[in-house]
Amino acid sequence: MATDPYSTLGVSRTATRDEIRAAFRKIAKKNHPDLNPGDKAAEERFKAANTANEILSDPDRRAKFDRGEIDAAGQERQASRPERQYYRDFAQGDAGGRYYSSGGIDPEDFGDIFGEYFASRDGGGSRPRKGADRRYRLAVPFLSAINGATERLTLPGGDTLDVRIPAGIEDGQTLRLRGKGDPGRNGGPEGDALIEVAVGPHGSFRRVGRNIELDVPVTVAEATLGARIPVPTPRGEVTLTVPAGSDAGTRLRLRGRGVAESGGEAAGDMFVSLTLVAGPRDPALETALREWQERHAGFDPREALRRSA
Amino acid sequence: MITVAAVLARLPGLDEQRLRVWIAEDWVRPIQTGDGLFFAEIDVARLNLILELHELEVGAGAMPVVLSLLDRVHHQRRQMARVVDALRNAGVDPAQLMPDDAELER
Repeated sequence: MATDPYSTLGVSRTATRDEIRAAFRKIAKKNHPDLNPGDKAAEERFKAANTANEILSDPDRRAKFDRGEIDAAGQERQASRPERQYYRDFAQGDAGGRYYSSGGIDPEDFGDIFGEYFASRDGGGSRPRKGADRRYRLAVPFLSAINGATERLTLPGGDTLDVRIPAGIEDGQTLRLRGKGDPGRNGGPEGDALIEVAVGPHGSFRRVGRNIELDVPVTVAEATLGARIPVPTPRGEVTLTVPAGSDAGTRLRLRGRGVAESGGEAAGDMFVSLTLVAGPRDPALETALREWQERHAGFDPREALRRSA
Repeated sequence: MITVAAVLARLPGLDEQRLRVWIAEDWVRPIQTGDGLFFAEIDVARLNLILELHELEVGAGAMPVVLSLLDRVHHQRRQMARVVDALRNAGVDPAQLMPDDAELER
């Protein structure tokens, strides 16, 4: 369990703030988990030093500890804290390619590692080698991801790459462009470009799988009497029939107006949810509604709500 | 995706001005979209690492050197993990190959 923070940092109980800071830095420099990947003992030392430093570098908490009001773990606040993720946890996973762009899932890379150690054994690096893959990120507008599009990626060197975005691509997916990576060696093929796609949000459309959701305001008159209204879809405006007697929250389906057909999958649908708008004030309407209210005095729109609450 | 405001809320030691400088220095690479900058979890973890390295007195001049060495180390370990997986898939226990310093984990 947690030991005394003073002994963890190796300082006296009368140590100054500067002494504590220096002691913490000394331990952290040696034991930071990112500087010692795979070394569990170093990680434990870093965590302990961190906890000790958090207590002792804050005069208030240090005084509390000295008075015995909090324990060496810094109370249960520490215990309930979620396990921290270090940079290495991402950098050693697939996301790491973002900051070190060599090698996708390419067995040829093993050759790079072993090549350094066993170069003499099979005559070394004269056989053809595939070039390294390059990783990029590309921001894709919402509608391009729905309809499919070609987006231009500007490479660090200023060159551009036209990337065909298939309809229905999702945020975080990776596209592979064969032969657009580093040149091969000794006559080997070029590597690939791996492009991670970041799909932006849209002001009014929401995407759920291959379907699109949209809230559309209608007047009370349009909902009650029925109407044909223009509605935007990802591929242009269409006319939607609002049936007479519709209500706030009524969901209407526009078939095939969601994610465009692609890769053998049929197009998704668009779902319109109606929201009601009272519209400009009108004394005649107010009179009519007063009569309506008298006729339907027993109607309670919140009855279901009350029962479930 | 994580916005600038969310990043600043999660990293109390960081202010927007420094964040902008670090992006300009290419220490961290968020995505630029029409709606602004967006960060992934790895970017937030990397910002936290930069803050800690800063606290450990790694200055602006040394920072890119340290970051690129760290990226190299993490890359090598990722590759090593793949080699170990490949050996296991081939029915070889990597620890048996190197009985003396068999510190291969994962």
